[in-house]
Amino acid sequence: MTTLPAKRPVGAIAFTALVLVAAMISFSRYRGAMDYYEQGILFACAAGLIWFGRFWPAMQRFLPLCGAIALAAIELYDRNLARGGSNFFLKYLLTSQSLVMWMCVLFFLATLMYWIGLLRRSASSLSIASGLTWAAATASLSSSLVRWYEGYLIGPDVGHIPVSNLYEVFVLFCLITALMYLYYEARFAARSMGAFVLLVISAAVGFILWYSFDRGAHEIQPLIPALQSWWMKIHVPANFVGYGAFAIAAMLGLAQLLVSRGILASRLPSYDTLGEVSYKAIAIGFLFFTIATILGAMWAADAWGGYWSWDPKETWALIVWLNYAAWLHVRLVKGWRGNVLAWWSVIGLLVTTFAFLGVNMFLSGLHSYGGL
Amino acid sequence: MTTKKSPRHHPAPFGRALFELFSSMRFAISLLTVLSIASVIGTVLKQNEPYVNYRFEFGDFWFRIFEPLGLFDVYHTSWFLLLLAFLMLSTSLCIWRHVPGMLRDIRGWREKAGRSSLRLMAHHAEADGEANREHVLAHLTQSGFRFRIREHDRVWQVAAKRGAWQKLGYLFAHAAIVVICIGGLLDGNLPLKLMELAGYKAPETRDMPQGQVPEISRLSASNLSFRGNVTVPEGAAADVVFLNAGKGYFVQELPFAIRLKAFHVDYYTTGQPKRFASDIDILDRQSGKIRQSGTVEVNKPMVVDGVAIYQASFGDGGSPLSFARWDLGNGSAAPLDARSQASSALTIAGQPYTLETGDLRVFNIENLGKTESQQSAVTVNKFEQALSQAASVKGEHNLRNLGPSVQFKLRDATGQAVEYLNYLAPQPLDDHLYLVTGMRREVAQPFTFIRMPLDTEGKVDTFMRVHHALLDPQQYPAIAKATADAAFRDGAFSATNRAQFAEVTRSVLTQFGSGGFPALERFLDGKVPAEQRQTVAQTYLKILQGAAVEAFAQAQRQAGLAPLPMDETNYRFLMDSLVATSNLFDYGPAVYLQPTGFTQVQASGFQLTRSPGKTVVYLGSVLLVMGIFCMFYIREERLWVRLEAGRTLIAMTSNRRNADLDHAFAAHRAALLPESAPGAMPKPKPAATPDGEPT
Ligand code: HEM
Repeated sequence: MTTLPAKRPVGAIAFTALVLVAAMISFSRYRGAMDYYEQGILFACAAGLIWFGRFWPAMQRFLPLCGAIALAAIELYDRNLARGGSNFFLKYLLTSQSLVMWMCVLFFLATLMYWIGLLRRSASSLSIASGLTWAAATASLSSSLVRWYEGYLIGPDVGHIPVSNLYEVFVLFCLITALMYLYYEARFAARSMGAFVLLVISAAVGFILWYSFDRGAHEIQPLIPALQSWWMKIHVPANFVGYGAFAIAAMLGLAQLLVSRGILASRLPSYDTLGEVSYKAIAIGFLFFTIATILGAMWAADAWGGYWSWDPKETWALIVWLNYAAWLHVRLVKGWRGNVLAWWSVIGLLVTTFAFLGVNMFLSGLHSYGGL
Repeated sequence: MTTKKSPRHHPAPFGRALFELFSSMRFAISLLTVLSIASVIGTVLKQNEPYVNYRFEFGDFWFRIFEPLGLFDVYHTSWFLLLLAFLMLSTSLCIWRHVPGMLRDIRGWREKAGRSSLRLMAHHAEADGEANREHVLAHLTQSGFRFRIREHDRVWQVAAKRGAWQKLGYLFAHAAIVVICIGGLLDGNLPLKLMELAGYKAPETRDMPQGQVPEISRLSASNLSFRGNVTVPEGAAADVVFLNAGKGYFVQELPFAIRLKAFHVDYYTTGQPKRFASDIDILDRQSGKIRQSGTVEVNKPMVVDGVAIYQASFGDGGSPLSFARWDLGNGSAAPLDARSQASSALTIAGQPYTLETGDLRVFNIENLGKTESQQSAVTVNKFEQALSQAASVKGEHNLRNLGPSVQFKLRDATGQAVEYLNYLAPQPLDDHLYLVTGMRREVAQPFTFIRMPLDTEGKVDTFMRVHHALLDPQQYPAIAKATADAAFRDGAFSATNRAQFAEVTRSVLTQFGSGGFPALERFLDGKVPAEQRQTVAQTYLKILQGAAVEAFAQAQRQAGLAPLPMDETNYRFLMDSLVATSNLFDYGPAVYLQPTGFTQVQASGFQLTRSPGKTVVYLGSVLLVMGIFCMFYIREERLWVRLEAGRTLIAMTSNRRNADLDHAFAAHRAALLPESAPGAMPKPKPAATPDGEPT
């Protein structure tokens, strides 16, 4: 695994110190409320964050910023949920719902700027687009953090990590997809890819807007007993790293197909770069999807009495997994490249989308929590 | 696969071909595809439903095709297991085929690579001047390479490598597939399937007490693996579980008995369930002594003798219920005792009926629509309303607990049934109390509800008296006379003949008494010309209201009570009574069973599993993750540095040729090649052409 060279060692040191201090403060304040596992998890998380900051130095600014925004919101709430509607800053900026709305707006703007930048070959537009995407990602992570807190304001037994329903995971999807994309964008110095990747994020944003206005899905609901599991906290995010990565791969596959027909060919990164990033995304997605599926099995073993029940959701996860396993085989073992793989990754996204949404909408099973 | 004569290492051509086929990528990919398609079938067709449902849904023709194919239980059919077996075989053979070469490759150094073969590598560079040997070795060590030095004929060459785990990753990941399949097969019903094929065991298809299920459908407690369900009412115990098997079931004996002491549901303030928990005792099968006790919750199973006990479902376990049985024909009431989840015989108006009680539900938390603030006129348009609602993560709900309810059916001798949903507690509406009963004739339909008004004591008795008076033709003459007297006293109908008025009143009552408002309407439609209907209807309604007042008074007097003054409350009571009386005409058999009490007995559904393969599967999973990680994120690299005749040659290969390799090569080149000759060789071309072949 190659790490990007840390440009600013000072930043790295400051970030490490910040994470450690935050962990120590949390520990000394909340030690009483945590059992040994949870204390262990706290420090493991701190170590994980430090590693992540070194692996991707941009996180050394991004994560503290999101943390600061969330802390500001918590401060303004002052343990009173009603202040969300009365305090000016909360109402228009810092409640989780306002932050989600800002995220939506910023993602739409970013998409627009990426397309302007792509079509007019304007580096400055692309760089603005990239900045907007960063801002949207910041709003997204902050909103999830604030929402996490708001749950506890509704009721101490209601609060939970916001990955429990379709609305919350869509926000998570936008966040993860955007961050992964930003990583590749920097790594391959290929900003024009954003025009395609942001399309899929915009689609998710559209869904979020419809879902919260039309269905009121943004309300925080307490967890039903089946979801009260430690596994949920890691199963769901791991799954979404997979989904996000597959989505990126599919959009780049689309770009590849256009380039191969000479459309936008001079404006997009080279055919091979697109293929390479596509492969990278699928590889990481496959790893996380594997982990997520295994965690899901362990959770199922706790909740339903069997690690594998051939429930529609499980079965579709297997299908998605087999699909990408086959994709990786033909690329790595057979050495395939080109349009077939690009088409395959586009179709792969359709299969993944069905596994993610279609199963909940059309097939019934044990997983029927997140229904539309 | 190999014939007996040919030794293992030299398979006959046919065996060889089979080996080639089964261990090939092509075969693996085809298998993965077929497996995916087979899996899809199982998600589209709902699995393990009762077989009659399938016959009903697909019709006889398709049912007869689907059923033998096992499409209703795809994942346990022989052909699906065969597919999995092939996957195992193919993966094993693939490992068998590749691992020896890989191990050789991992161990080898390729230190004998000569100048020309190094120059053929895509990533190589040369420069004048010999690099410092110490420096080279230091750089290699620092970069995590292991190396061998070879010195001969004034050539100093070092062959270095790192990332052997990349290849081991392949072994891990693919072995993991085999391991997971083995674990799965251990837990699958393979042994049972074989016994079924051999005719030792057969599922029971009849519905009968479990004690009577014959030996051929019973599985002993020593069964290696199973997964079954059982429902235990509070206070009762179970020592078997039931395994689903296509059309029927098996009875699996347990090494212990489970007794349910109590089942609890905790709720959030919003009404959603928060916790399902069963307090259980584990009893010794023989002695009945308590071996251990504990609580099973969703996500918190309990393990006894290698059998895990899960909270799977819950329900009503047959609670004693008491009803007041109101005879709608004569207005009398009698107590009736019953039990939920049971059936008993009942005679209604001389006809035999069966009372089939369903669930007792103690809590009925309903969202009764919008709260006041959501209806307020402040939020003018819909969009603004949506915005204001979407801004808060906490919704306002109008939740109310409607209290206990009982659901039951009354089935007549021909098998026709009417279903009821009766609430025990009075339900308030605008400060008045009602008893609510729901009724439907089809399971697929929603219930239609009837509200019977309650008197000041909160009882339904007064309504029942009015109801009876309104339906009893013998009382009509007296009611009609009293109504006419009252009307003429008020002077409202001075122009009309009093006797005629009484006659009209009687006929209105008779019509209403034969079928409520709809009957009255039919009567109007048949008798009165369309253009007068509106006015006549008004008059009739007035007459009916007046008659109802008199009927009420008469009913009170007959019960030895004083008539109530017609104030606003009592008038409203009376009007509600008229509506309820009218609605009760379409209520099925003339009886209203008013729930009056219950003793809740709950039941808990447990799933019990014994799955020895679980550990194996988890082990395989760990291997899988490790393997995939190693394959993707460890780069196997080999690097050669050759110092010869005042020149330095470096070359590099990797199992993956991609941009990462280009970067790595550039870094090594900068570190190792003498600086005297910058740019002596062209930069390596980025690997763009199809490549990626292993080794
Ligand atoms: C069923 C027969 C299978 C065969 C014959 C087979 C064959 C191979 C071979 C030859 C490689 C290349 C190893 C290398 O040189 O790096 C490979 C790689 C791989 N296999 Fe399989 N495989 C099989 C099944 C599976 C299955 C069921 C999976 C499940 C996901 C799987 C996952 C992978 C992955 C992820 C790679 C990564 C490629 C790489 O990093 O080079 N394989 N497989």
